Amino acid sequence: MQDLLYFFQQLINGLTIGSAYALIAIGYTMVYGIIGMINFAHGEIYMIGAYTALIAITGLATLGIAWLPVILIVALICAMIVSSTMGWAVERVAYRPVRGRHRLIPLISAIGMSIFLQNYVHLAQGSRNIGFPALIDGGFQFGSADSFQMSLSYMQITIFITTLICMTLLSLFISRSRTGRACRAVSQDIGMANLLGIDTNRIISATFVIGAALAAVAGLLLGMYYGSIDPLFGFIAGLKAFTAAVLGGIGSIPGAMLGGLILGVSESMTSGYLSGEYKDVVSFGLLILILLFKPTGLLGKPEVEKI
Amino acid sequence: MLEVQNLSMRFGGLLAVDGVSLDVKEREIVSIIGPNGAGKTTVFNCMSGFYKPSGGKILFEGQEVQGKPDYKISRLGMVRTFQHVRLFNNMTVVENLLVAQHRHLNTNLIAGLLKTPDYRERERKSLDRAAYWLERVGLMDLANREAGNLAYGQQRRLEIARCMVTEPKLLMLDEPAAGLNPAETKDLNQLIVSLKEDYCVSVVLIEHDMSLVMDISDRINVINQGRPLASGTPEEIRQNKDVIKAYLGEA
Amino acid sequence: MAANTLKHALFCAVVTLVIAYPILGLNLEAEGINVTLAGADTSTVISVIAAAIVVFLFQLFRENILSALKSIPSPLPKTQKEPMAENKRARIESWVLTGIVILALFWPFFVSRGSVDLATLVLIYIMLALGLNVVVGLAGLLDLGYVAFYAVGAYTFALLSQYAGVSFWVALPIGACLAALFGFTLGFPVLRLRGDYLAIVTLGFGEIIRILLNNWTALTGGPNGVGGIPDPTLFGMEFGRRVKEEGNVSFHETFGIAYSGEHKVIFLYLIALVLAVFTALVIRRFMRMPVGRSWEALREDEIAARSLGLSRTAVKLSAFTIGAFFAGFAGTVFASKQGFISPESFVFLESAIILAIVVLGGMGSQIGVVLAAIAVTILPELAREFSEYRMLIFGAAMVLMMIWRPQGLMPVRRIHIPLRKQE
Repeated sequence: MQDLLYFFQQLINGLTIGSAYALIAIGYTMVYGIIGMINFAHGEIYMIGAYTALIAITGLATLGIAWLPVILIVALICAMIVSSTMGWAVERVAYRPVRGRHRLIPLISAIGMSIFLQNYVHLAQGSRNIGFPALIDGGFQFGSADSFQMSLSYMQITIFITTLICMTLLSLFISRSRTGRACRAVSQDIGMANLLGIDTNRIISATFVIGAALAAVAGLLLGMYYGSIDPLFGFIAGLKAFTAAVLGGIGSIPGAMLGGLILGVSESMTSGYLSGEYKDVVSFGLLILILLFKPTGLLGKPEVEKI
Repeated sequence: MLEVQNLSMRFGGLLAVDGVSLDVKEREIVSIIGPNGAGKTTVFNCMSGFYKPSGGKILFEGQEVQGKPDYKISRLGMVRTFQHVRLFNNMTVVENLLVAQHRHLNTNLIAGLLKTPDYRERERKSLDRAAYWLERVGLMDLANREAGNLAYGQQRRLEIARCMVTEPKLLMLDEPAAGLNPAETKDLNQLIVSLKEDYCVSVVLIEHDMSLVMDISDRINVINQGRPLASGTPEEIRQNKDVIKAYLGEA
Repeated sequence: MAANTLKHALFCAVVTLVIAYPILGLNLEAEGINVTLAGADTSTVISVIAAAIVVFLFQLFRENILSALKSIPSPLPKTQKEPMAENKRARIESWVLTGIVILALFWPFFVSRGSVDLATLVLIYIMLALGLNVVVGLAGLLDLGYVAFYAVGAYTFALLSQYAGVSFWVALPIGACLAALFGFTLGFPVLRLRGDYLAIVTLGFGEIIRILLNNWTALTGGPNGVGGIPDPTLFGMEFGRRVKEEGNVSFHETFGIAYSGEHKVIFLYLIALVLAVFTALVIRRFMRMPVGRSWEALREDEIAARSLGLSRTAVKLSAFTIGAFFAGFAGTVFASKQGFISPESFVFLESAIILAIVVLGGMGSQIGVVLAAIAVTILPELAREFSEYRMLIFGAAMVLMMIWRPQGLMPVRRIHIPLRKQE
């Protein structure tokens, strides 16, 4: 019974982290699906989202506003605005001028952008990690008090529900809205979409903005969940989310969700049963193995080499 | 020397090539023609090892080569050009020709560092062969220009020269005349015939320029929508009703 | 039209404010577990507003500014000429290079110990960058985990000396070969991957190595690292005040001169110099050999290269292995110079710095890479207040280089190959 509870605890922890990874992974997968580049700076966009959210929360506290829903919603909106703007600007400044050049060039530009943003926040806000108030405490407890207790916190429930809402909205947006349809058209064939009068530049910008907004949501959620943030906070999370995107099949939105969950669970299982030190090794190892044996991921479409 | 039997290639649900057969004898120019999207280039991609065919056999000098890696097929003596010229643009013309002769690079890493006489001899031979072919296609004066800066027609010729320095037995040319002016096409015509006559190379040619095809081909295969439509001498093809219908439409 | 421009300019100015003000203008300050918010000093706020105004004006008069810029002739015109005749160029080059090397040989005897130490570090970066240049610049494979091979070299020497008492000179080839072996084993499966996937996988590999070094405490000492790494010896002569190893003699006693800590520093510098020159020469030979041309061919057009009979795996693997070999080389020297190593020295940032050197120098160009290595290592030391901004500037420079001059500040010059006319 205890072992089972322990297992479920790891599962819940994994699914929590995993769904947040999935939110970040959307940004990678959409951008890759449309312009075929890895947006290396996406992890930093997520980190900036977390910082903005913390700034908003602290600001509200200074103003004496203490009603939780207001704090959360204002923090969320601020984070989404700043991250989306950042996402838009990054694409405009660092990626659009090099679009269509040799594959390595946008990638190096993206790495440069990632380093730049990391140090931008580092210089502005310091390199130490800063405590992030949990805001949502408490939760359900399962199992008897004298042995292992499984807990499902309200925070975790918030993460699940928020992810679910975001994913549903995104799917609706992609399948129903005009911009969403244009997004799909551009990811099928950018040249053709251009000929048909779709403003591909606008669609690409939209992709970056949407990805950044979702990353900001993840920034707020994971900031609260982990309890502290620092300028390097985005780098590893970005790599994890990228792994999730590749695992699910890069370019596929349901794939990002699935990949995120699998990655989160395998990480928490490693921490729970092996050692927390090796969880990063497991996720990178997973990434290498997928790329070697199934580069198209679980739900991705095979690519035919054009000659 | 080359026999393609019942070749088929499937991409997902699409059967791009279905039951195409082809044979090429020594010192023969065989053309593959057909409307756009008929699957000609796909046949080439299968023959040169870029795609693994879904069905059928490809025999080169009696040896089955289908599904072999591209570089191994090329080393057997089947070399191709591309529909859209693929040169090493930032390398010089002569370097392009040297690279083509570098298939055994692993064996001479140490020899090259030490510049052994054997290595020098080999390098000299590759240089001479490169010089010979540059002279042959009229690019000698441009030998040290970057390949990407050449005019289009020159790039086409360089691509053929680059194949020839590998001393192939079979040359596969994918629309070599595309984008050339009439004078250049005429030169190309002579060059291809000379490759066959003087260098004993067999040629498989994909081309839309019918006068070129009719002029130099020994035999012609027509493909339509991935299926073989007709094959025979230029004269026979010219008079084939199916071919005329496919090209002129159903009317 | 004008209204549109105005709207766009306003939009861009607002964007600038939104991305700059919250992060720069509002500082989070941790006091114990409490976090408070403080406004930044006025100068920061003013510069943020000034930045927004500059963006606004630039966007408003974009057309005029760009056309004005275009009319200024570029100081670095793109060369369309044929390269200089090889023999002439080679002669000039070899004179200049020999001159520089001779200068570099005698220079340390006239400067301070700190400068020599810094110069040794520069030389280590030169080795690293030259090695990475083979992988990224020539073969076009983006390796973001290059520092892992550097770590392999450094740890090989550190551990061999700790557990088996192996000296620098024995460890040098072993470290390099072991790094090459790592490169080969990793390269074998991953080189099939497309460029951007390769980048991520190598990055993951680099992180795995670092995490292992950090956690395999029994062997590597974990975060505490390995210390007591011996200095190199000169024909069995040690540079310490007292001889550590039985049977060795000390350098200053042999020559009957007073002991000085500088001898060791200078000796290390000279070793690094010799090894860096060796690295440069060997890679230069490779570039002019079939293997080097194959690297470039694969970078230029992989499909065409394969169609000509080049084995993609063999070519990429050779680049990867050779690159790793020189990283191992540099790692051994680094371990010896520091005397102490820990996983801290082998983080991703280090890979990024080496990559920045290669990108700035001009991918594929050796002289460019050497100059960039010198600049990137020395500039932050010269201007201390600047060193805080070092990575910020590197990041921005990488983006700007990709936009304006992806071929680097010193792009590769093709070599002229004379041909004999054939009859």
